[in-house]
Amino acid sequence: MSAAAAFFAPFAAGLRAPNRPAPPGLTTWNDSDPGVRFDVYRNNVVVSLVGALADGFPVTQSLVGEDFFLWMAREYILAEPPRSPVLAEYGDSFPAFIAGFEPAAGLAYLPDVARLERLRVRAYHAADAEAVSTALLTSQLQRPEQLPGTRLQLHPSLSLLSSSHAVVSIWAAHQGAAPPRALEVERQESALVLRSGDDVLILPTPPATAAFLSLLKTGATLGDATAAALESAPDFDLTQCLASLIRHGAIVAWQPPGDPAP
Amino acid sequence: MTDLTTRPTAIGLGLKPEHVPEILGAPAALDFFEVHAENYLVAGGPNLRHLEAVRSRFALSIHGVGLSIGGPGPLDQDHLTRIADLVRRFEPQWFSEHLAWSSHGGAFFNDLLPIPYDTASLERVCSHLHQAQEQIRRPILLENPSTYVGFAASTLDEGDFLAEVVRRTGCGLLLDVNNAYISGVNHGRDPWALISALPADAIAEIHLAGFAEDRDGAGAPLLIDTHGAAVAEAVWALYRRTISHLGPRPTLIERDQCIPPLEALVAEAARARSIMRDSIVRETA
Repeated sequence: MSAAAAFFAPFAAGLRAPNRPAPPGLTTWNDSDPGVRFDVYRNNVVVSLVGALADGFPVTQSLVGEDFFLWMAREYILAEPPRSPVLAEYGDSFPAFIAGFEPAAGLAYLPDVARLERLRVRAYHAADAEAVSTALLTSQLQRPEQLPGTRLQLHPSLSLLSSSHAVVSIWAAHQGAAPPRALEVERQESALVLRSGDDVLILPTPPATAAFLSLLKTGATLGDATAAALESAPDFDLTQCLASLIRHGAIVAWQPPGDPAP
Repeated sequence: MTDLTTRPTAIGLGLKPEHVPEILGAPAALDFFEVHAENYLVAGGPNLRHLEAVRSRFALSIHGVGLSIGGPGPLDQDHLTRIADLVRRFEPQWFSEHLAWSSHGGAFFNDLLPIPYDTASLERVCSHLHQAQEQIRRPILLENPSTYVGFAASTLDEGDFLAEVVRRTGCGLLLDVNNAYISGVNHGRDPWALISALPADAIAEIHLAGFAEDRDGAGAPLLIDTHGAAVAEAVWALYRRTISHLGPRPTLIERDQCIPPLEALVAEAARARSIMRDSIVRETA
């Protein structure tokens, strides 16, 4: 082991193991216990990373309470520490960790609430893109025969979540100052997550619309995506769906049939 | 655009998202803002847009907290590339980093961890600085840390260590007076020994911040660098002495916890400016 490894490995291991003694080679000017001082670093690591997770998962925290969240987040940090100093990138795997965290098993909806919150953070930091102009949309919509073969490129911040729990209602109930009211959680809900200006919108979305948009995101044509949506929901309304996407500036490229992919 | 090298009495604040609308609405009497690089290494969205708006009116300092300059092994090349791109895009007055480490074995600890001051550390830090400066294409300002433990392996004082790093790499220094004070108290030594050992010409920026007070295992004061309180009077006194010694230097108030209204931070920055102006008056009197 190199001299550098002999220093860093025990220090790093000590940071991760609260019950392990402080690493060797530490000194204090007054011969006080170096372990007490080493604990400042241990504490900083956990508190700062728990704080970063709490910032990104505020509803998850509020659903389980601060103490439980601290415990769960701490276990996650020790099991799956950040791999990058860019903390906006940290937490993609937190929802899956929560799903496997036995003490939280009683809250079956918790992993999906965490997934929704993670999509929200990702949408906030997603790439910018200009919505297509009204003039272009108007001219395209005047050629309805082209619609079935048209592909749309949706805003980079747009994502979807379909859950067997009422995740959007649960999330929305925690947005105001008022204490959340009781709600039926065993109900399927889908969410559309999309940045608009400085805000990230979380919009309740019928499952068929969510499936339609997911297909568009993978490059399906409007015709194929609409057919799939109509199969599960005969009342699926393409016009209304497109109007809503346009209103939110969510369409960033409109590719009629025959147009080369961008 | 303001060049702070010609404005040594410049004052600035760490940029807080909650203050951005107020700053853009009615620009305060400040010269520059500082941001943590890692908060802006994102694809798009409001953070970058706000930073562009602030940058169009103020000078900027980009402060890294994740390069792990003191760490083992090679620097994270991907991270360094992203930092270099950010610096190219925003053209800050300075890019600064810490004499510390924060990553090991691929894991990021999100804290500024201490290193022994010995020749092995010196060589590692200098080699990392050479690499980073080459890629970022400018001298980096290196900041003195707050530390809570010492190392049996240390053979150099912190001031001598930093002075040697400056000599070998041509980097500049970001003197954090609060860190100097904290480390002084935490290691039972005079913070002035550190400050006076630093090459004055290399110090391009000064940081001031607040700390919290704890106790060590023997009941002695142990100061924790929280950036969560106003600058302490003892730190203001050390700052005054520092400015008398160095002359004015662009000075920044850091606050990352318990963020007060903007005006409270502006008042602290204004106090730094008035201390710098006093020193000029005394100098010329």
